[in-house]
Amino acid sequence: MTGRRLIDLARVIRSKNAGPLHCTLDILFADQAGYEEAVASPAMQRDAMAKLYGVAPATVEVIPYAAAHAIKVVLDRPIVAGSPGDSDVYGAQQHWPLLAVTL
Amino acid sequence: MSVVGRLLARGLRPGQPLRVLAASGQLGNGVPEAALRAGLARDPHVLGCDMGSIDVGPAYLGGGRIATSPAITRRDLRMVIQGARQIGVPLLIGSAGTAGAAPHLGITLDMIREIAREDGLTLRVAVIRADMDRAWLRAMAAAGRVQPIGQIGALTAEAVDGAAHVVGQMGTEAFLRALALEPDIVLAGRACDTAVFAAVPLLLGYPAGPANHMAKIIECTSLCCLPGGRDAMLGTLSGDSFDLESMNPDRAATPVSVAAHSLYEQADPLRVYEPDGMMDTTHARYEALDARRVRVSGATWTPATQHSIKVEGATWCGERAVLLASCCDPRVIEHRQAIATGVRRIVADIIPGAAGQDYSLTFRAYGTGETSLFPGGRNGLPVPAEVFFMVECIAPTADLAKAVVGVAKQNMLHFGFPGRLSTGGNIAFPFTPPELPAGAAYRYSIYHVAECDDLAAAFPVELEVIGAPVAIHA
Repeated sequence: MTGRRLIDLARVIRSKNAGPLHCTLDILFADQAGYEEAVASPAMQRDAMAKLYGVAPATVEVIPYAAAHAIKVVLDRPIVAGSPGDSDVYGAQQHWPLLAVTL
Repeated sequence: MSVVGRLLARGLRPGQPLRVLAASGQLGNGVPEAALRAGLARDPHVLGCDMGSIDVGPAYLGGGRIATSPAITRRDLRMVIQGARQIGVPLLIGSAGTAGAAPHLGITLDMIREIAREDGLTLRVAVIRADMDRAWLRAMAAAGRVQPIGQIGALTAEAVDGAAHVVGQMGTEAFLRALALEPDIVLAGRACDTAVFAAVPLLLGYPAGPANHMAKIIECTSLCCLPGGRDAMLGTLSGDSFDLESMNPDRAATPVSVAAHSLYEQADPLRVYEPDGMMDTTHARYEALDARRVRVSGATWTPATQHSIKVEGATWCGERAVLLASCCDPRVIEHRQAIATGVRRIVADIIPGAAGQDYSLTFRAYGTGETSLFPGGRNGLPVPAEVFFMVECIAPTADLAKAVVGVAKQNMLHFGFPGRLSTGGNIAFPFTPPELPAGAAYRYSIYHVAECDDLAAAFPVELEVIGAPVAIHA
């Protein structure tokens, strides 16, 4: 099945810092089937995520985590959290591009 | 007999249930009382609280400030001190006063002294300092034994010397030395969250893999539950497995909710690096015991061949002032970038920013993607009908910062541009004065991992007996 929206399969789509140098995106799926569908989708691979966020693929890591039916995406922060010029000290509002993703 | 002596005398060993009560993951924000009481009634062997984090930003570490309200912090401290005392068990507190440097420890220790005085308590407090010796850190950096944890560059001597405070995250090793002094309370400076909750299990010889895994989950109390919350969490470690239960009956720990928690604020969901080893949950199993309790097993522990410390430092950048204003004129919104450029030029003419007086001036128009850290997050947004302007200046003095945003304010209000209709003013102020001093600005200048050959020297312990005249040094 293709063309399903990520927001229809996920029950949590969130972002948060992992230390001041990384921002992570967690997508938690409602069930195993949703998780497997997303993990297999080209839209959830490193290159697609890099394109979505407008950053270099080398600064992106995609980590599937089956035990939690979850995919974690780790992005290098363009600015150290809390430095002058930062716009999201906790990194809690960086998830919204994911809301438009179609698998 | 001391509370630690009593704990040891209970003869607990792997195979028997060891109960660790996580009272708070962020002491000072209001510990939910009912769940704490419920947890105390379960006869836990130790009470743990985490008080800090690096996530709140560099202003607290840099400025030596505590992030939580003093009144609520005192309330929470009293609640856990009295709770631990009531059932006669040790109380362990990590990352004192938000950032765990000397001023934060001092503020927290003063509160404990005050509570002891008011409540007529005698307390043995083992204080563990986490401030890094700068000469040692410089030498380690020069020897190539310090690495950045991400995109922050190599550690320089200037960064070490320039930081307002530099702390290291201590592990269980420091807590074990503190517990050897038989305190009622261990008050630690900056500490790994896990160390607070894994220390007593390790003291009693429980295996490090499950002990650290349990600690990693309960350090955020009931955040691992559905729905997540801040109520006390009970971890019962049997040996190779442990059981988790929220002390609020409305919160359920499920296999998926607990497994999902290992993603939270972690770059790697499977491995957690501590000063003396690495915890790996690749083969962890999560089983439901019932609708709201989970049994976890399978985490492994690999001792490190080289001990290491995560080091954090924050540097003063200047004094900050901000201007807050909004706008709903479509022409002003359309010309916002030209207005910012023009105003910046006028401000630079009036306040040239001589040597030693240089400042930064930034304009943000919220509603146009300013929240996004990444270019992709600014794509595809509609043109807003209303924007919020935040103009920020960071300067060597608060007076200069305020002068800069003040001049920017007046010129933004009346800046002319082609097609302008809004000659009464381009922006709206929600209150006066709309330019506000925002205090000192800091940035994290150190976030590195340093090899360490002597953890005991890095995190010295001192015993203070509160309510008694003599302090004993160890």
